Amino acid sequence: MNRLLTVSPSPHVKGHDSVRSIMYGVVISLIPALGVAVYFFGLDALKLTLIAVIASVIFEWLIHKFILKERPASAFDGSAIITGMLLAFNVPSNLPVWMLVVGALVAVGVGKMSFGGLGKNIFNPALVGRVFMLISWPVEMTTWPANRFHLTDGYTGATPLGMIKEGIGNGKTVSELMDQVPTALDFFVGNMSGSLGEISALAILIGGIYMLMRKIITWHAPISIFGTVFIFSAIMHTINPEMYPAPLFHLLTGGLFIGAIYMATDMVTSPMTGKGQIIFGVGIGVITMLIRYWGAYPEGVSFAILIMNATVPIINRYTKPQRFGEEVNNG
Amino acid sequence: MSEIIIYTVITLSALGAVAAVVLFFIAKKFKVYEDPRIDQVEELLPAANCGGCGFPGCRAFAEAMVKADDISEFNCPVGGNDTMAAIATALGKELQEKEPQIAVIRCNGTPEHRKRTTKYEGASSCSVAHNLYTGETNCAYGCLSEGDCVVVCDFDAIYMDEATGLPVVKDNCVACGACITACPRNIIELRNRGKKERRIFISCINKDKGAPAKKACSVACIGCGKCVKECPFDAITLENNLAYIDYEKCKLCRKCVPVCPTNAIHELNFPPRKAKPAAPKAEKETTAPKADAADNKPKQDNNSTN
Amino acid sequence: MLKTFKIGGVHPEENKLSAGAAIEQLPLPDTVSIPVAQHIGAPAKVLVKRNDKVKVGTIIAESGGFVSANIHSSVSGVVQKIDNVYDASGYRRQAVIIKVEGDEWEESIDQSTDVKKEITLSQKEIIDQVNAMGVVGLGGATFPTHVKLMVPDGKKAEVLLINGVECEPYLTADHRLMLEKGHEMMIGIRILMKALGIVKAAIGIENNKPDAIKTLQKISVEYPGIDIVSLKVKYPQGGEKQLIKAVINREVPSGKLPIEVGAVVQNVGTAFAVYEAVQKSKPLIERIVTVTGKSVSKPSNLLVRIGTPVSKLIEAAGGLPDDTGKVVSGGPMMGKALNDLEAPVTKGTSGVLIFADKEAHRKAYDACIRCGKCITACPMGLEPFLLMSYAEQQMWKEAEDDKIMDCIECGSCSFTCPSYRPLLDYIRLGKSNVSQIIRSRKQ
Repeated sequence: MNRLLTVSPSPHVKGHDSVRSIMYGVVISLIPALGVAVYFFGLDALKLTLIAVIASVIFEWLIHKFILKERPASAFDGSAIITGMLLAFNVPSNLPVWMLVVGALVAVGVGKMSFGGLGKNIFNPALVGRVFMLISWPVEMTTWPANRFHLTDGYTGATPLGMIKEGIGNGKTVSELMDQVPTALDFFVGNMSGSLGEISALAILIGGIYMLMRKIITWHAPISIFGTVFIFSAIMHTINPEMYPAPLFHLLTGGLFIGAIYMATDMVTSPMTGKGQIIFGVGIGVITMLIRYWGAYPEGVSFAILIMNATVPIINRYTKPQRFGEEVNNG
Repeated sequence: MSEIIIYTVITLSALGAVAAVVLFFIAKKFKVYEDPRIDQVEELLPAANCGGCGFPGCRAFAEAMVKADDISEFNCPVGGNDTMAAIATALGKELQEKEPQIAVIRCNGTPEHRKRTTKYEGASSCSVAHNLYTGETNCAYGCLSEGDCVVVCDFDAIYMDEATGLPVVKDNCVACGACITACPRNIIELRNRGKKERRIFISCINKDKGAPAKKACSVACIGCGKCVKECPFDAITLENNLAYIDYEKCKLCRKCVPVCPTNAIHELNFPPRKAKPAAPKAEKETTAPKADAADNKPKQDNNSTN
Repeated sequence: MLKTFKIGGVHPEENKLSAGAAIEQLPLPDTVSIPVAQHIGAPAKVLVKRNDKVKVGTIIAESGGFVSANIHSSVSGVVQKIDNVYDASGYRRQAVIIKVEGDEWEESIDQSTDVKKEITLSQKEIIDQVNAMGVVGLGGATFPTHVKLMVPDGKKAEVLLINGVECEPYLTADHRLMLEKGHEMMIGIRILMKALGIVKAAIGIENNKPDAIKTLQKISVEYPGIDIVSLKVKYPQGGEKQLIKAVINREVPSGKLPIEVGAVVQNVGTAFAVYEAVQKSKPLIERIVTVTGKSVSKPSNLLVRIGTPVSKLIEAAGGLPDDTGKVVSGGPMMGKALNDLEAPVTKGTSGVLIFADKEAHRKAYDACIRCGKCITACPMGLEPFLLMSYAEQQMWKEAEDDKIMDCIECGSCSFTCPSYRPLLDYIRLGKSNVSQIIRSRKQ
């Protein structure tokens, strides 16, 4: 044997997880939602998703190579693909392509790379891109085409949440409006108008369960978000059922599912410990409902997550994991 | 339209004015008295905030000096004697001039001299490697080549030579001492820069007995003591199988260099010797232009009167 | 549900390749080099000089303090020299080098293989005998055993826990010992119980060793007071604090010793060594070492004299494979990579693990993606990612406040990190700096 022995500190074996395997795991889990989007919105959905993914990867590669001057290979670790997919899932299927490309640039360039790349960003990149687009092109971003099967009243342009918000603003009651929006089952499978990927709670739930099984995410953040939204809306609904819709409606509409399962569980921008993630989730739930009830926008999940992203360092500081032998309870 | 603009301008100006008045009184009321000399001294300091003086930043150093009665113990290695003299004058205190210093690397374990026996593969940090084992060679004292000293240098005065695997100190070293603290093996030492940047030192800190030291590295100090006997000024001491040249006593006569059987004694920035075997080592430790062969003084050995 | 510890833990591939290989005696080497510092605490003081004749079991270095241990010659022959040699720690340490001549044992040692069941010595005599025979913890930490048997004033030992977990992947030395020397080990446990003055003991064994659990359960009826506890496979269950939590569900407070909760933990190998020391007057001169690895042609469990060069063990296991990239002394999670194959086997060498070149290397590491997997994996409930950046930034105060000294260096964090970050490398660095700071503060 002529080779020199390698000497390194322990441990000498390594688990199978890698950044790449985690990121591609998330990509796989997004496939059901993509399928539903294609089913309801046709090939437009596929086209937009592909464009967003390609744009995100290319922007990340370019920034790595020419601005950060680091190994551009990390553009292919899969995180840019997730950013692209989530970004596309948050837009209407008839959004002009150039807007989506600009959104991808903002998501990757501003949301992620300006902080130094994967792992250093404070805000969820896809949400940064989405909110940027929402503010820049409010009309295009909030005009949804009806899906292929939902033709009951022709071409409706609004999401269920938007219809309720507008209706209540015009003095109508919830029970009147409820007749116009699809049923809970429709919400669940995704038979309503809305952004590409956020319509089907079922598809997202399947993806979420897959990620839970692969231990990519934990239950803490999603469950605390759902719980908070449910409790908050149940209280408001009991106070005045004609002003505030039932909890199930709030749970299944808007981007709550995709937000809770994909954006709020983003490893980089969520707290590290389970305890912290619960606080984070409760915060998101409360802010979401505040915006939905009393804010200017019908939908508040994106803003809620971005706001809570900013609080993550503080949450981390005050939610240390349970130390071994700290609180001794020997019985 | 114009009305809006006028109202805006008026409101904002009024707000600004009120805030200014409030701030003015608050600033007055909560003003903390500070010795104005601190600012003066800070002004004179190089603002490198390197910590070479032993204080966290130039401001802290200035405060300490203003408070102290005797500033002879203080030294700003970056500013050097000029800065310290200016501060002494400003504070009206006594100060002795200090020899300017520079960091030297006391290891010459290049791959030719020191056989690699293992391959290190951990976090690329000397401290981590030092914590783990002797390093890639059999020398438990020598340079680990992971570059902790380079990382901590604020002045870009040290770099890692890829070919030799050893750090190289550049002439712009300010002797702040950051690399000395960073080196887990204490290879780096501050020494007087010496006349015309000429320095002689033992480029090894191996305290093993002769045989294992020599086995680990062909240019190790084996503690034979020949240089100690040779030195006319008693500047060299031998302790734990390792010779050390006291830079205060050394007169740079170079007599010790040729007697060393392992070429462990390093001479820097000297003109080449005449009619003697060539200087044992390449002068690799500086980027300063070498003294020209033209003003080559043949009697280097006796320039001991300075 | 099977018992296990609560916080953290990982499950590396077990790879117990040598589990079926019976213990074999390794032939005597030509020379042995016996380091004087084979245990935690003060190094032993050398008693012999060059050209002295020694027999197997002759004391060659005596305990250098309270926390220290005697060292005995493991062979008969002539002392060649006392010199510094590389040991598994990667540094050169003082050692006695003995040239082997024949195999002559001290007369006091009972060399027979009969199982001697009756315990005749008193509590104090047992502790003295354990001390005299140089017995140290054989699980890897090599803490002198007699120190653990002397319960400090004001504390009370209630239960003796025997560590038969062998949670390190690859290693099977303890497993084979439990299978082949069950009775001796059980008597050893009875001796330890007598020394501690307690009546309750439990052996914790992970349920990936069903044959050992069955064997011991069968014979345990002969030894009252000893329970066999089957545990769920989870690394690092062999850690003292984790084992106590798993078996008796008590948590040792941060910075305290197991005796704080009335527990004393000993390894199965130590129990066997205690049996030999007390019943046979045999000093700790040999131990079982697993020699294994995926590329090794004959993974084995060898009974090896202390001081034998590691290269001899590898020879016995079929020789060093051509593609060897790394040789580790100990298990893959906590073992030390050897820089010299002539390093001697010491009291703490539980295994020699050979990695082929393709398994031997680490991948380049990336930025932390803040996934929190290291927190989930840490059995002490620490935040490894944070401790690593503290160590990188030299923020020792913060590291101490975040309990860096609680780290047991099990390596679960580095094992699990998806960015391949060298978490433990830096935490270890932090620990050594923080412990220096703490020591200087006490002075």
